[in-house]
Order: sequence, then C-alpha cells, then structure tokens
Amino acid sequence: MQKSLHIDPNKCTGCLQCEMACSFENYGVFNIAKSRIKVFNFEHEGRMVPYTCTQCAEAWCMTACPVDAIRIDAATGAKIVHEDVCVGCKVCTIACPFGTINYVADSGKVQKCDLCGGDPACATACPTGAITYVDADWAGLEKMRLWAGKTDTQPRASA
Amino acid sequence: MGWTRKILRVDLSNGTCKSEPLNMEWAQQYLGQRGLATKYFVEEVDPKVDPLAPANKMIMATGPLTGTPASTGGRYSVITKGALTGAIACSNSGGYFGAELKFAGWDMIIFEGKSAKPVYLSIEDDKVELRDAAHLWGKTVWQTEEIIKKSHQDPQVRVCSIGRAGENGVMYACIVNDLHRAAGRSGVGTVMGSKNLKAVAVRGTKGAGAIKNPKAFMLAAAAAKKVLADNAVTGQGLPTYGTQVLMNVINEMGALPTRNHRDVQFEDARKISAEAMHEKRPTDGKAHLVTNAACFGCTIACGRISKIDETHFSVVNKPQYWGASGGLEYEAAWALGAANGVGDLEALQYANLICNEDGFDPITFGATVAAAMELYDLGILTKEQIGLEAPFGSAQALVALAEMLISGEGFGKDLALGSARMCAKYGRPELSMGVKKQEFPAYDSRGIQGMGLAYATSNRGACHLRGYTVASEVLGIPVKTDPLVTEGKADLVKAFQDATSVFDSAGVCVFTTFAWTLADLQPQLDAACDGDWTMEKLALVGERIWNMERLFNNAAGFTAKDDDLPPRLKTEPAKTGPAKGLVNGIDKMRPEYYKVRGWNPEGVPSKETLSRLGL
Ligand code: SF4
Ligand code: SF4
Ligand code: SF4
Repeated sequence: MQKSLHIDPNKCTGCLQCEMACSFENYGVFNIAKSRIKVFNFEHEGRMVPYTCTQCAEAWCMTACPVDAIRIDAATGAKIVHEDVCVGCKVCTIACPFGTINYVADSGKVQKCDLCGGDPACATACPTGAITYVDADWAGLEKMRLWAGKTDTQPRASA
Repeated sequence: MGWTRKILRVDLSNGTCKSEPLNMEWAQQYLGQRGLATKYFVEEVDPKVDPLAPANKMIMATGPLTGTPASTGGRYSVITKGALTGAIACSNSGGYFGAELKFAGWDMIIFEGKSAKPVYLSIEDDKVELRDAAHLWGKTVWQTEEIIKKSHQDPQVRVCSIGRAGENGVMYACIVNDLHRAAGRSGVGTVMGSKNLKAVAVRGTKGAGAIKNPKAFMLAAAAAKKVLADNAVTGQGLPTYGTQVLMNVINEMGALPTRNHRDVQFEDARKISAEAMHEKRPTDGKAHLVTNAACFGCTIACGRISKIDETHFSVVNKPQYWGASGGLEYEAAWALGAANGVGDLEALQYANLICNEDGFDPITFGATVAAAMELYDLGILTKEQIGLEAPFGSAQALVALAEMLISGEGFGKDLALGSARMCAKYGRPELSMGVKKQEFPAYDSRGIQGMGLAYATSNRGACHLRGYTVASEVLGIPVKTDPLVTEGKADLVKAFQDATSVFDSAGVCVFTTFAWTLADLQPQLDAACDGDWTMEKLALVGERIWNMERLFNNAAGFTAKDDDLPPRLKTEPAKTGPAKGLVNGIDKMRPEYYKVRGWNPEGVPSKETLSRLGL
C-alpha cells in the first residue's frame, strides 16, 4: 500500500513543530529556514495552512530535470532529489506549479519533501493531527466519514 | 549549549551596534532570558535611575530553549526598570519573534542610551543596523509590521514594536510582536518609546543548532510534550477554551474582582466567558471565536483568534477591525469587563483590539477605567471632566475611553497615568487596586488568599505570573490547598515564585506548569545546555533570581511597606460567594513569608541567605 501525506488545515494551530522536525530530520538542525514544509498564516482570516510537496504522479519537476536528478523512490512513491546528480539549474523550481521544490544556496542544489523514507517526521511531530500519513488511495476517508456522520438516514419502517 | 553565546549591544545615543560574547559564568548561574538578562541589568544599571532617562537600559532576551522544539519554546522577555512601577520589570511574550531572534544568532539585545530621532533596529543574522523610523513614528503596531515587511520585501521577517501608546508616554505601554502577542506589563513599551526606538525587525536563518545533545533533547522534549497532551488543562481545557476557561470557575469561587474590587462576583460573567465566545451570535449567526492558535513551538495552543460582530456599535464603518484577530484572553476579558462591570463581549473585544493595535496593557487599562468609574460614581470625577457619563457597566464609556487614551485628548491624559497616579491626582490613592503602582490581575485575594501574598511580594508589582498559587488553591496543581486560609501560603508562594523564575529563564511558557513541574523541564535543559543541570541546581537558580530582583528593588527604594495590599482588600470583606465575610490576611502571611525566604523583618535578605545563594 502506498501512503501519502494528508493535510487538514482546520486542525493546524501554527506551532511550527512540523517545520522544526523537518529541518532536524533532514539536516540535523533546528532551523525552520531549512524546512521543506511551510505553514502559512492567513492572519486576517484566522487560518493556518501547512503546505508541502504532494508527490504528483507525473511530477513536473521530475519531467523537467535535464540531468535526471529527480527519481521515484519505489518504496514510498516519493520523488527524490539525488544531490550528487543535481546541478542546481533550478529548472524544476520553475516547472513545479506549487512552489514546493526550492533552491538551497548553501548546497547549490534543490530540495523537496522526500517523505522521510516513509516515516514523515512532520506528521510524527504534529501535535494536532493536522498532518497524517495515510493510505494514498484513501486520503479522503476521514472526510468521507465526517460527512457520512452528518447524512440523514431515512426513518426505518418498524417491523 | 542552548545559548548562541552572543549578545548584541545597541547604543542608541551613538547609533552603534556591536557583538559581545555571552558571559558563560553568569549563564551557569542565571540560565537565560529573565534570570540572565536581569543579571546583566543589575550589574549595569543604577537602581535609582529614572525609568524614562537614557541611563535606563532595556534588554530583549531569549532563553536556552527558545527556538528549539521544546513545547512552547518560543518565548522572549523584556527586562528593564518599569515605567509604571519603578521596580525591576520583566515582561514575557510568545508569538514567533523570540525564536526568530535566536535563529538570527543572538541570545539577547541590550539597548542603552536614547536615539536623537526615531529609529528601528534591523537584524538579518549578523547584519545589524539602526535605521531611520521617521516614516513609522505615529503608526500603529499593525501598520508598523506591515510597512516593515513590505519595505524589507520579506514576509518572513518578524517584528516587535510599540504603537502610539509607547510613543506618547502612556505609562503602561507594551511591546507587541506578531500583531497580538505582547510583552505587556509594567510599561516596558513606555521605556522603549522614551528611547525613540520604534521597532525591532528580525530575520534569522541560522537556526538554534547549538544543542548539547540533540538526540537526548528530542527524546526529553517528546516525553514532556506527552505530559502536556495527557493533562486535562493543557491537553483539553486550554486548547478548547483558552485561558478564558477560568471566567466562570473564578466567578463561582467568589474571586472575580468586579467594579474595582467592590464585589467579588460578576452577574454577567457568563456573557463574557469562553462559553459565550463559542456560541452563535443572534446578529450574524456566527460564533465570536474563529479558531485557537499557538505560539512558536507550542503544543498547547491556548491562543484565541476571533472575529468581532460587524454590526456592533464600536466597529460600525470600521472594516479594519472586522478581520480575524487575537483575543479575548481571560485577563483582558476580566480587566475590560468584570473589573468595570461591562458585560458586552463585543465591546471588550473592540477595546482589546485597540490595546493590541496601539500597544497598551489591557489589565492596567481596564483597571484604570474601573478606578475612574468609581471616582465618577463617588462624584469625585464629573461628566464634564471625563467628557462623558462613565457609570460602572457602560460599554459606551469603555469604548470611548480606549479611543481617548490613544488620541491623548481630554481625560485620555489622566487614563495614561495608570490607576495609582490617576487616583492620587484626584486625592483618593487608596482606590487604585494594585501593588507597587501596578494593577491586580483577575483574581481577588479575598477568595484566593495566597494570591494576596503573591501580589504583595511580586518583584514587578501586582502580577499573577510571578507566583500563580491559583494553580494549587483552585485547580489542585500540584496539590490542592484551601483558598480561604492563610496557613501554609508563605511556603506555597515561595515555591511557586522560585519555580516560575526558572521557567521564565528557560525560554518556555509558564502555562506549561499546569502540567509540568521542574522535573519535566530539567531533562530538556540538561540535554540542551552545557553543564550539569540537576534539580538542585535549578532550584537554587530560581531562588537566586528571585533574591537578585529583590535586592534591586530594595536598592531602588522599595521597603516592606510596599509589600502590601490596598486597604479595601484588608478591611472590606467579600460580600458574596464562598469567601463571604473574608478579607485578605496579608499582614499575617507577610512576616511568615520573610522568614521562609530568609529575610529579616524589614524584607531584606540576610547575609546567610545571600551567601547560600552566591549573591
Ligand atoms: S515528510 Fe519529511 S521531508 Fe517531507 S515535509 Fe515532512 S518532514 Fe519534511
Ligand atoms: S505541527 Fe501541525 S499544528 Fe503545528 S504548525 Fe505544523 S501542521 Fe500546524
Ligand atoms: S500556552 Fe498559550 S501563551 Fe503559552 S506558548 Fe502556548 S499558545 Fe502561547
């Protein structure tokens, strides 16, 4: 079963534990400037929205890469940047419609979410369940369940 | 390490900024933030200094856990001699500013002197400069953040600033960061304004990497987060209801100060409570509360984000207030509401928005309005003097007075003094409900006896955050004590004061202490900071910080006489509720407390106490 990150912005409080966890998992530092997930605070609406790569099936970044540095990880389905191959041309950052692959000046390469090899640190760190790691085919299951609970059932004919 | 080991010294008189190594010997004795910055402060500043003179300094300080994934690890404090109190001031704020300062590589910033013209400090990691703030002067906090973000072309910059209250010398101005988090009390924003410093803008990309043992730290932080999640208050009560969870509880206890402490229960408490914030309004069918929100790193998320009723009289034709914004928290709801008998939730939120927008402390402001309403009730202040009728309970008066304070016109000038100076001006100093010129927060000490002692002996004037015995006396944390008796409160107050000093010096939020004891904080500090951080060492650090602050106040001219409550709380018994017939027993508790502290009957730490603490 393939899994994917599932984000429920309604649960997010803006604590940034996910960003800290991402930077620690990937770089061993506590530094949100190095996080691959970003939480956006729409202050005047009272909405906080975590955002990261959704691992598109036909990933634009991967298709655009001229040196084949972005490849699919067979185990997780994540599109992974191979730093040893990446030449830092940034074409992928132009190709990605969502802005979730970005250049890192320190390394001269790009970075994006790699699903932490199947054990996403952000999901583990999130205290509210706003980020979960779920069956990719059933990412909508929880939402369906919620709406199902609200659906009126017909009064039953009594026997 | 925990610390970045670097401090920034900004001389506003000469316009210079320079980096200095952190005194690591002091860091081992005073930990960080409140303790360590106060150490710097008392070493460098004459206790007799006029708080608004250039010779006063102001320090913005992070703790060793600020900017780490420790839950609530995003706090910073402002340390100075308070404009309102003339005592040592230390005001703590959440939001994201503190962590960003750490990420830029600085443990603290020491501001000294006074700039000839308005400036703001810009920090981008090591790149630090004072910039002209002529275009920001006269602007609100909200405008200032927006203008700086735009001109820096960086939406990720974090800003703390003063609003017009701080510029205009309102004695209880705050420093507001991230739109609605504030270093709120004692007039720290007034001191900032007196230095012609409008704002500090920080962008940090270095991170808080200097953790002694990252793996052990992550384990300790995770264990402590679980304690918060499993606790009824931090895991459910605060995220769902915010600090407002207390409104009905404290009212039922007969400890909700009402109408300038004339009463201890408010008939309209329910209307301004957490429950009311959740209910749908008849006017637009929407609930006041939009969502809860967290400060940096916080897994509790007590913060409230609300939307005001657009049809309320206070905001008709003022769309700038219609968006979601911070509030109401319990202290603000009480001070703007029960303290002056106003039961109109939307009016309270409007006044609260003005407090955030222009940077002044809602507790002192609300309590000053309450005192003005009592003076009006007694006929000492007239309609002509105030500019409008100001009876207890008038939402119109509350709203108008908030606007007057900011315009600085008419009676606004008197309100800007705070209740102690205002009541003295009109010949009734005893009607100011506070200690050391700082107004009480939302707990009446006739119904919660220990809080009377905590207020009277708080080093920054009346305050609930120096020794929150409410936790024990009301909620049974860590053990239940009887709120109506004075026995045992001296020990209780000391224990809370010392432990809180450590939490305030670590970089975490004091609300963790609903669930954490020092034993939950200790493993996180020990894994993060150089040196051995045992329970014994931390206990000593807490007590050392408390006594250091006390010595500063004593040298500033405070004596045992200042460790006292207004006559009302000692002579006018509570009229209703469980505490009916009781006054506060401060005169009984104070000598016991001095003894427990190892101070002489004049409230001066003994030689033995000082040498035991290495002071
Ligand atoms: S899954 Fe891992 S790499 Fe991707 S955003 Fe989360 S923590 Fe970062
Ligand atoms: S950890 Fe969860 S709640 Fe916190 S900011 Fe990230 S997504 Fe939001
Ligand atoms: S408990 Fe509340 S005030 Fe404290 S850090 Fe969390 S959100 Fe901020």
